[in-house]
Amino acid sequence: MSAHTFKGEIIDRLLYEDPNTGEKIIYEHDIPFYKKQMRILSGMNGFVDPTSMEDYLAIGGYSALAKVLQEMKPDDVVQEIIKANLRGRGGGGYPAGRKWEETRKAQGEPKYVICNADEGDPGAFMDESLLEGNPYLVLEGMIIGAYAIGSSLGYMYVRNEYPLALNRVTIAIQQLREAGLLGKNILGSGFDFDIIINRGGGAFVCGESSALFASLEGRAGEPRVKYIHATDKGLWDKPTNLNNVETWANVPFIINRGADWYRSIGTENSKGTKIFSLVGKINNTGLVEVPMGITLREIVFEIGGGIPGGRKFKAVQTGGPSGGCLPAELLDTPIDFDELIKHGSIMGSGGMIVMDDQNCMVDVARYFTNFLEEESCGKCVPCREGIRRMNEILQDICDGKGTEEDIKLLETMSQGIRDGALCGLGNTAPNPLLSTLRYFRDEYIAHVRDKKCPAGICKALIHYSINDKCTGCGLCLKKCPSASISGEKKEMHVIDQTTCIKCGVCKDSCKFDAIIVE
Amino acid sequence: MKVGKMVSFSIDGKKIKAEEGTMLLDIARQHGVEIPTFCTHEAVSRTGSCRLCVVEVRQGTRSKIVASCMYPVSEGIVVDTKTERVLNVRRLVLQLLMARCPESDILKEMANEMGIEPEPRFKPDTDKGNCILCRLCVRVCEETVGVSAIGSSYRGPGKSVGPPFMENSKACIACGACAYVCPTQHIVMESTDDSKRKIWGRTFKMQACDKCGRYFAPVDQLKFISNTAGVPLSELHTCPSCR
Repeated sequence: MSAHTFKGEIIDRLLYEDPNTGEKIIYEHDIPFYKKQMRILSGMNGFVDPTSMEDYLAIGGYSALAKVLQEMKPDDVVQEIIKANLRGRGGGGYPAGRKWEETRKAQGEPKYVICNADEGDPGAFMDESLLEGNPYLVLEGMIIGAYAIGSSLGYMYVRNEYPLALNRVTIAIQQLREAGLLGKNILGSGFDFDIIINRGGGAFVCGESSALFASLEGRAGEPRVKYIHATDKGLWDKPTNLNNVETWANVPFIINRGADWYRSIGTENSKGTKIFSLVGKINNTGLVEVPMGITLREIVFEIGGGIPGGRKFKAVQTGGPSGGCLPAELLDTPIDFDELIKHGSIMGSGGMIVMDDQNCMVDVARYFTNFLEEESCGKCVPCREGIRRMNEILQDICDGKGTEEDIKLLETMSQGIRDGALCGLGNTAPNPLLSTLRYFRDEYIAHVRDKKCPAGICKALIHYSINDKCTGCGLCLKKCPSASISGEKKEMHVIDQTTCIKCGVCKDSCKFDAIIVE
Repeated sequence: MKVGKMVSFSIDGKKIKAEEGTMLLDIARQHGVEIPTFCTHEAVSRTGSCRLCVVEVRQGTRSKIVASCMYPVSEGIVVDTKTERVLNVRRLVLQLLMARCPESDILKEMANEMGIEPEPRFKPDTDKGNCILCRLCVRVCEETVGVSAIGSSYRGPGKSVGPPFMENSKACIACGACAYVCPTQHIVMESTDDSKRKIWGRTFKMQACDKCGRYFAPVDQLKFISNTAGVPLSELHTCPSCR
C-alpha cells in the first residue's frame, strides 16, 4: 500500500496480465478489452453514484437540457437529431429524428414519449446497465425529447425483472421533481413534463411497441396492426414517440457535442456507438461499447480475447432470439444496421453470443425457435401455430427423426411466417433457422441424411466410447452418474451404450483424451 | 356523411377509385374480388389476426404483404390478391389451422375451394376442438353485448378462450351471440329441455312467456336488458310474438 500510494511505485504482481500474451499492463485503457471500446454512454457508470443527482451534475449532467431550454427551439432540437442520424437502438434502426419530427407534426393532444426498457433478449443487459448505472442520463434524453416533440407526459416502461433499475429510476425521478427538472415550468422555461414509471408484466413481446402500448393501456400485451404509425396513433390512439433506453441515452451527447461530432463516429448510415452484450464461448464476457463500423473480428478476438481453450470460432449470433448466426467467413463484416441485415441477421438490441465448434447449429436454431414459441403472444395464426410447428420439426431433426423434405418444408414455412405474421416478433422468428440453414446447411444435412450431429450435441445422434488412449485410471468410472462404465484398473474401460445417458461427464473428466463422441 | 378524399389505385389490374382510408378488404369485395377471411365480422371491430386476408401491396418499388381487412387504401397503390407470396401465406395459415382443428368442416371446405391439402408433417391436435382463436366471440361479448363474460387467457400455443378460470361465469347472460358469430361452430349452445339452456359449461333458466307459455329467452338476459334499457322486468316477460 505505502509503496504504491506514497512512493508512486507500480506493483508488478497486482497488474493485469493479458491471458493470451502474458504481458503485464499498467493502464486500464491499454487493456485489450478496453482499448478498442469507445465508452461514451457507459463510460460514466463507474464515476456516478446512481442515486446521487449531484454526481451526475458534477460531470456536466443536465447541461444539454439547459442548453436546449435556453438556446434552442423545439424544431432546432429535432433537426439536430435528424442531422446526427441517430438510429433506434432497440433493434429496428429507424431514424430517431424522423420519428420525433413525425410525432411533433402529428395532430392530436396530448402527445406521449415513452422509454422502452422492456429488455427481454436472453443474455442481454445493455439497457439494464444504463438504467442501473446512470438513470439520469436516460432521463435527460427523455426530457429533451419531450421538449422537442411537444409532449407533457412520458412513460418509462421497465421490465419487472429489473428491480434495481426500477428502484434507481424511481429515486432519480423523485430527485428531478424536487430539483425542478421534472414537473411544471422546468428550469423556468415554461415547459411542463413529467414521467410515470410502469412495470412490465413479464412478456417478451411487450418490448414490441404496439404491445407495449396495449400493456400500458391495461390490456393484454398483444401487438396491433400498424398500418397507421404510432407517431399518429399510438398510446390511447394519441401521437406517441417510443424510443429505446440506449437511444435516449445518446441524446444529451448529441446536443452537447453537436451532430457533426456524432456523425464523425461510425459508418455511412450507422452513426455513433453501440453497446453489445458479449456472451457465450468467449474469454472476456460483458458489456462492450464500440463505434459502429468495428468488425466482428475485432469484437470477438481483440475485445473479447478469443475463444476459451483455444477452440475454433464457429459463429456469432447477433440480434437476440430473432437475430441470425454469422459464420467465420463474415468475421470481417463491419457492424452496421444495414450490413447485418444484408447477411441475414439484425443488429437487434445488441445481444452477441459467440459459438465454437462444440455448438450444434441445428440445436441453436431449435433453442431460439423454442424461446420464440414460448414468447409468441398467440394472436395471429402464422406466429402462434407456425413457430410451434417449426419447433416440432427442428426437435425431430435433433432427435434424428428428420428428413430432407423437412428442410424444404421449413424454408417454405419460414417465408409464410415472415410474410404473414402480424408483428416483428413473428416476422423475424424464422431468422435463427434461415441464417443457420444459409451458412451451416451441411450440419442440417448431416442430421437428416447421415443421422449424425457433427458438433456432438444432439443426444439422439451421438454415442460415447473409449479408445486405446485409456490408461484405466478409473476416474470416468467413478464420475459416471449412470454407472455405465466398467473396466479393471489399468485396463481399457468400456461404456455400456444401453444405459449411457450421454451427459458428457466422462469426456470432461478424462485426462488422456480417451473418450470420443461420434 | 362527409366524404373524404377519393384516391385511385388498382386491385388485380382493375382500376378502382375509393375514399381514402377505407379498408382494402371492403373495397375489394365491393368490386367482386374474393378474399377469404375468418376473423372479420360486420358486428365487431377488426384485429387482423387470422392473416387469411393477406394481399400484396406495391408502392413504388416497395412491395409488402398486408392484412387487407385493416389496410387503409391510399393513392397509387398496386394491389395483387393472388401472387405466389400471398397464396403461400394463405396456404400456410389454412394448413396450420387444419392441424389445430382437424375435425372442422368449415376449414376442410375452405381448403377444398382453395385447392389446399392438409400438411401431413403437422401432427393434428386433439385438444383444441374447433377453436381457431379468431376471438370474434370475445369481441362480440365485449363490444356488442357489453358484458365481457369471456376473454382469452395464456399466450402463444397455449392461448385459449373462455370465461375467467374456465369456471361458470356470473357475467354471462346466455344470449348466444358468441355461438352465433363463431365461424367454426366451436361454441355450442345446447337446450337440454325447453326451460334450460347450456353454454360455456353453465346451465341457465329460460323465461316462459306470460301469455303463450313458450320459453323464449334466458332469465339472465332479460334481467340484463331490463337493467341497461331501464325497462321494468315484468314488461319483458312477454315474448316478442305476444307483445
